[in-house]
Amino acid sequence: MNLRRLLAIAYKETLQIWRDPRSLAIALLMPLMQMGLLGYGVSLDIKRVPLCVYDQENSQLSRGVVNRFTSSDWFREVAVLQTDRDLRAAMDHGTCLGALVIPVNFSRTLYMTGQDSLQVVFDATDSNTTNIATGYAQGIVAQLDADLAANWRGAHGETARSIGTVDLSSRVWFNEGLDSRNFIVPGVVAIILSLVGSQLTSLTVAREWERGTMEQLISTPVTGLELMFGKLTPYFVIGLLDAVFCLGAAAFWFHVPFRGSLFTLVLTTALFALVVLGIGYLLSVRIHNQLGASQIALMLTMLPTTMLSGYTFPLDQMPEAVRVISWFVPARYYVTILRSVFLKGSSLLDMAVPVIALLVYAAVIIRAAARAFRKSLD
Amino acid sequence: MNGVPPAVQARGLTKRFGEFIAVDALDLEIAKGEVVGFIGPNGAGKSTTIRMLCGLLRPSAGTAIVAGYDIVREPETVRAHIGYMSQKFSLYGDLTVAENLRFFGGLYRVPRAELKERMAFAVTMAGLTGREDALVRTLAGGWKQRLALGCAILHRPPVLFLDEPTSGVEPEARRRFWDLIHSLAADGVTILVSTHYMDEAEYCNRIALIAAGHLIAIGSPGELKRRDLGGALVELESPQPGAALAALHGAPGVVEAAIFGDRLHVLLAPGTDAAALAPLLAAHGLTATPPKPIIPSLEDVFVRLVSRKPAPEAA
Repeated sequence: MNLRRLLAIAYKETLQIWRDPRSLAIALLMPLMQMGLLGYGVSLDIKRVPLCVYDQENSQLSRGVVNRFTSSDWFREVAVLQTDRDLRAAMDHGTCLGALVIPVNFSRTLYMTGQDSLQVVFDATDSNTTNIATGYAQGIVAQLDADLAANWRGAHGETARSIGTVDLSSRVWFNEGLDSRNFIVPGVVAIILSLVGSQLTSLTVAREWERGTMEQLISTPVTGLELMFGKLTPYFVIGLLDAVFCLGAAAFWFHVPFRGSLFTLVLTTALFALVVLGIGYLLSVRIHNQLGASQIALMLTMLPTTMLSGYTFPLDQMPEAVRVISWFVPARYYVTILRSVFLKGSSLLDMAVPVIALLVYAAVIIRAAARAFRKSLD
Repeated sequence: MNGVPPAVQARGLTKRFGEFIAVDALDLEIAKGEVVGFIGPNGAGKSTTIRMLCGLLRPSAGTAIVAGYDIVREPETVRAHIGYMSQKFSLYGDLTVAENLRFFGGLYRVPRAELKERMAFAVTMAGLTGREDALVRTLAGGWKQRLALGCAILHRPPVLFLDEPTSGVEPEARRRFWDLIHSLAADGVTILVSTHYMDEAEYCNRIALIAAGHLIAIGSPGELKRRDLGGALVELESPQPGAALAALHGAPGVVEAAIFGDRLHVLLAPGTDAAALAPLLAAHGLTATPPKPIIPSLEDVFVRLVSRKPAPEAA
């Protein structure tokens, strides 16, 4: 391999990227757009669920219950209803996702029978949101129950302590606020690298075939390795710059806690960049057509990175078969690494399995890409 | 040839694409410093032969020695010693003149100390002085072709392969291009250039005629024209050339008839009187100018040689 030839190709490729608006847009604008969209738009938390309040009793106790709901982070009051018909209309119009209905004899029933009879109605067209909101509501009601019971016992001269209730206090580690943004934003880097890395490189060799410049190129003494590394160098640099931008945005703009080492992050990012660049290049060499190569690159990198890397959809909730498939998705390892480095501050040693998996992938794909190129028109 | 090994020596060079035989056992020898024209209709195997000689296609059989290296065993060494211009323009349109030159200079590892001077030479040769920073896609055809030639000779290759370098270029630019070819040949560069312009063939030291994958004749333009066509060649004009051609084909005393522009060239069997043609045509209700004897052109020779070959099997 000759450095002069490699650099000649890298320089030529850089000029071409610089003069191609489409490539520039993918390289520069895509990260900005994706980071904005995914950083702000995607949140798996359900907060401030719009709630209608239909308090038929309007007593001190019932207002206390309403307050427990609306003062929490999970629900916000959007309307106060007066009739059953209002309730129906509010749900139909989508004014609220849920309604808290307190029956007219709520307090009396509670004191006489010891049973409360709250009703929370949810619009279950989005069953996932409903499930989560139901969970929140049950939590609030359970707390209400416990407080009422303690009051009752207090009023009857018993202390809560003497009964020995269990005080369950759960603590969440690493992502203390259970903020899904902390979970998602680091993963965005994997998406952007997949997109930029494989899309841009999938065009690079195919374009030479389409424009006929390949015939001239292979009539020179350039070797396949020089061509590959020469062409990949500028894209590798762009990929790393994009990654630095995204990681910086994650840490400083979205305030995702960064607890690991920068070195670990850069090293693993470079490994993942090699994997996606290699996939793009391999396709570009195999498919002498820009459109075909870029479409297949999209299917082979973006789709699995979005669906099967655990980036948004937790892998441990997937069926066994799908989980097995995910072992073959390189992004899976990179997303795991990103989260561990950011939130747990893991070292390379802690993440030996995903790091080695990425290494193996990078080696296999780059080797395949290097062998795929034939300096021949046959 | 004075003990100097030939610059190109092909032996039984064959290329098959599936059932189709594009080039069939071609033998060719080109001496150092020769300009050899490769003439033949489209699909005759010119490009395929050139691509094999450049190491871009692997021969199905046979081999060739180019600039002293075997194209099958040492294709990389061959590539370092040749310059190639493909049929389709294949420089980078989104790079400037200077950037294209520097790129190929880098690929051929032209010594840095010499690169500047050689780039300047190529720019001057292409007539692009002052337009070094123009994007190549903005250049007209003739300039593009000369720049492509400039890129192909940056590393001073001893052997040049030019595949229809002048196709689609206006006549004035074609003539300038041939001047460049001759000045390169004067410096000792061996050049194999394919073309389908018969007039360009006259500029070559020797011509290789190729049809249906076979080399059917090779020699200087003069030699080929002096070849015994086996009879006298006459030319006549007819207002109905198609009908006249049909009438003449297979007529007694007519060996071969072909249309050249608005004229008919008729090769007569020895001893046939040209005056016999007028009554022959009149019998078909056709008129024609009186036949006059002409000196055969390369095209006549080509038509004759191709027709003498047994018809190739359909591809």
